[in-house]
Amino acid sequence: MPRSALALAALLALALAGPARAQEEAPSPPHQQWSFEGVFGTYDEAALQRGFQVYKEVCSACHAVKHLYYRDLTEIGYTDDQVKGFAAQSQVTDGPNDQGEMYQRPGRPSDPFASPFANDQAARAANNGALPPDLSLIVKAREGGPDYVYAILNGFKDAPADVKLNPNMNYNEYFPGHQIGMPPPLTTDGQLTFADGTKATVPQMAHDVVTFLAWASEPNLNERHRMGAKVILFLVIVAGIFYAAKRRIWADLHGHRIAQAGEDD
Amino acid sequence: MSDVAQSQVSHGHSPGHAGGTRRDFLTLTASALGVVGVASAIWPFVDSLNPAKDTLALSTADVDLSPIQVGQRLTAAWQGKPVFIDHRPAAEIKAAQEVDVSTLRDPQKDSDRVQKPEWLIVVGVCTHLGCIPLGQKTGDDRGLFGGWFCPCHGSMYDTSARIRQGPAPLNLLVPPYKFTSDAKITIG
Amino acid sequence: MPVTGTGRTSRIIRWIDYRLPFVAMLEHELNEYPTPRNLNYWWNFGSLAGIILVILIVSGVVLAMHYTPNAGMAFDSVERIMRDVNYGWLLRYIHMNGASMFFLIVYIHLFRGLYYGSYKYPRELLWMLGVVILLLMMATAFMGYVLPWGQMSYWGATVITNLFSAIPLVGQKIVTLLWGGFTVGNPTLNRFFSLHYLLPFVIVAVVGLHLVALHSHGSNNPLGIDHRGPQDSIPFHPYYTIKDLFGLMVFLIVFAIFVFYAPNLLGDPQNYIPANPLQTPPDIVPEWYFLPYYAILRSMTFNVLGIPSKLVGVILMFSSILVLFVLPWLDTSRVRSATFRPIYKKIYWLLVIDVLVLGYCGAHPPAGTIVVVGQLGTFYYFFHFLILIPLIGKIERPRPLPTSIGAAVLGPASAAGGN
Repeated sequence: MPRSALALAALLALALAGPARAQEEAPSPPHQQWSFEGVFGTYDEAALQRGFQVYKEVCSACHAVKHLYYRDLTEIGYTDDQVKGFAAQSQVTDGPNDQGEMYQRPGRPSDPFASPFANDQAARAANNGALPPDLSLIVKAREGGPDYVYAILNGFKDAPADVKLNPNMNYNEYFPGHQIGMPPPLTTDGQLTFADGTKATVPQMAHDVVTFLAWASEPNLNERHRMGAKVILFLVIVAGIFYAAKRRIWADLHGHRIAQAGEDD
Repeated sequence: MSDVAQSQVSHGHSPGHAGGTRRDFLTLTASALGVVGVASAIWPFVDSLNPAKDTLALSTADVDLSPIQVGQRLTAAWQGKPVFIDHRPAAEIKAAQEVDVSTLRDPQKDSDRVQKPEWLIVVGVCTHLGCIPLGQKTGDDRGLFGGWFCPCHGSMYDTSARIRQGPAPLNLLVPPYKFTSDAKITIG
Repeated sequence: MPVTGTGRTSRIIRWIDYRLPFVAMLEHELNEYPTPRNLNYWWNFGSLAGIILVILIVSGVVLAMHYTPNAGMAFDSVERIMRDVNYGWLLRYIHMNGASMFFLIVYIHLFRGLYYGSYKYPRELLWMLGVVILLLMMATAFMGYVLPWGQMSYWGATVITNLFSAIPLVGQKIVTLLWGGFTVGNPTLNRFFSLHYLLPFVIVAVVGLHLVALHSHGSNNPLGIDHRGPQDSIPFHPYYTIKDLFGLMVFLIVFAIFVFYAPNLLGDPQNYIPANPLQTPPDIVPEWYFLPYYAILRSMTFNVLGIPSKLVGVILMFSSILVLFVLPWLDTSRVRSATFRPIYKKIYWLLVIDVLVLGYCGAHPPAGTIVVVGQLGTFYYFFHFLILIPLIGKIERPRPLPTSIGAAVLGPASAAGGN
């Protein structure tokens, strides 16, 4: 049984490893290089901060990230004072006060990121009926992950002659169905000026904001990879020791071994 | 048990047998590493019960003192606990300062318990068994020392919220706070 | 030996044991219980299954301390676990991938049983208890997947609970009873949470019965022949304790690779979108361990003898597991292990391929060739169990069995006994 079973396991892996979920006719997004992919991947802190800047200056006009808190920004290299500053730039609804009214106040680090709209209906009303999705998990919530989000941001082009765009729609090469409600958010190089001086080309901005959004989806990746390396190394060593112990303990039985079908190892 | 099985079992247990010392070393190392592994594996489960990041982030409260008149007491909320804010009139301040500290169960000078003498800010949880003492509302029993009275077991606190009578061992706790302006404080 | 020594520990143990014979039972099961000497690594998967069950229960109980089973808060509470709870991400990924590992281990354990005839006399009840455990696992996993209240949680729950509407006359009433409302909603979520917490402990109880049944006659072995004498067996401890521990380490490495480096590989990205009752995802796909049954369910695209295709699909899907219950009686061979069954040995692999193909079909939308392949796969599955297995047992000429396990392993000289 053993060897053929392993071959079957490989077949299983092949059978299920491919994109097991339905894809519409949009092409697969091309693969990008990400600092956080692979076993030793980590988030590039400079990219995270630039990406946050892109989110703040471009995307936050329409997209919320309600699962992020301002205090989370200390994890991407900002100081407590900088974080207080970012928080205070937004107005947050609080209350009711002693008169029973809700009121606005500046944000605090313990607040979640302020949403651009009070609720989904307000968001739709401001966007021709389309709902800009919350971006907290967008990288994990889409087949293709960061490659897909990057492809969308760079995939806007003029509609081909044979495609009739529905009203308020934009043509995007990688969006399923090719018609997306979002107008291209990153249009020109130099659209914003990065604080660290990096040239803000469209691919650069897209790359950095996707890095930021990947972190927003999975803030614990760095720790997870680090812990994983330690755990697996430990387990490999212990497995080796246990195997040696097993061979030792079984040695007196194996001394009489004659290879036969079904015999143990 | 059969002879064969018996000898095999004793192989496993006799250190004198050739190869036995190596097996003991192996067993020892394996067991030690196993214990280390299990202990490290248990830690995340236990630590997940500690306060989470969002709980830790809510550890400060801002209070506006300007609406509180002299002689008025306000109860604020901080970390889920009541905080007594007493805008002390001169008589209360004098009474607090004139107490002989050496007679106190928990000796503390009034000046060590306040940043500005007219504002006494303490956590409103009795240091005996955790009830909330009376004295914040007008008409409340304040006990014999002008401060607060705990109805659960009779502890009485003075105008500096120090324990004077009753079973509580310590004065009401002064939380960390700072004045962000003349009439605003941040607790925590 | 702890019970027979003279030290203080031994006296304490004797005091307890006289009143509650726990240590004596452990000693019997570990030291005296005869285990075949020729078990291969495919026999590790039983103990692995037990251990992963414990891991799932412990991680689940701790997760339940942070999870909120309310439709408006469930998704956010899971995100809070992932982001704010200390090591919450680790607990969640352990639980999520642990469930996949549990099914992987149990499927291998099951297929081991199929190959070596572990379901045959006198282990029929042992096998049937195992199938009960599988059913309980499927119910538990289905309800657990609903709890994060993502798009797949909600719509998967909708599709599968709607199946019961296929039952004639009372179907819709049953579905309404299951839902606690007119659609999957908060009442459904609450009761699924309660049952998801309960069922694993029912599984533990059935595992207990499974072990009692096992210990009545001991383990099967790769040769499929009964143990005839002491030279065929060795004590479980230390031989199989250390072998199981080694196997456990290897499994933990695989598990760690998933948890730390590919935690979402086996999942569906759409479950990271909060449930939206007004928007069906373009494709509704269950977790990988349900895919073959899903393919069988969808294979029925035509009515049979006036019975609606939906109902036939449901019947076939449940039958695919029920057929396992009666396998001990379907198999007419008097030989247990496929090692000595030349025809069955080959047919076995056809079943394995069939199940993998059905899984592949279940993963893809039912269109074009996928439909036909799924139907062929479903047909072959039942053909295998209901026609081939009984037939092969009768027409096959098995290879000659060794005289004893000891003879096979040690050589003929040992057949007389002794080492």
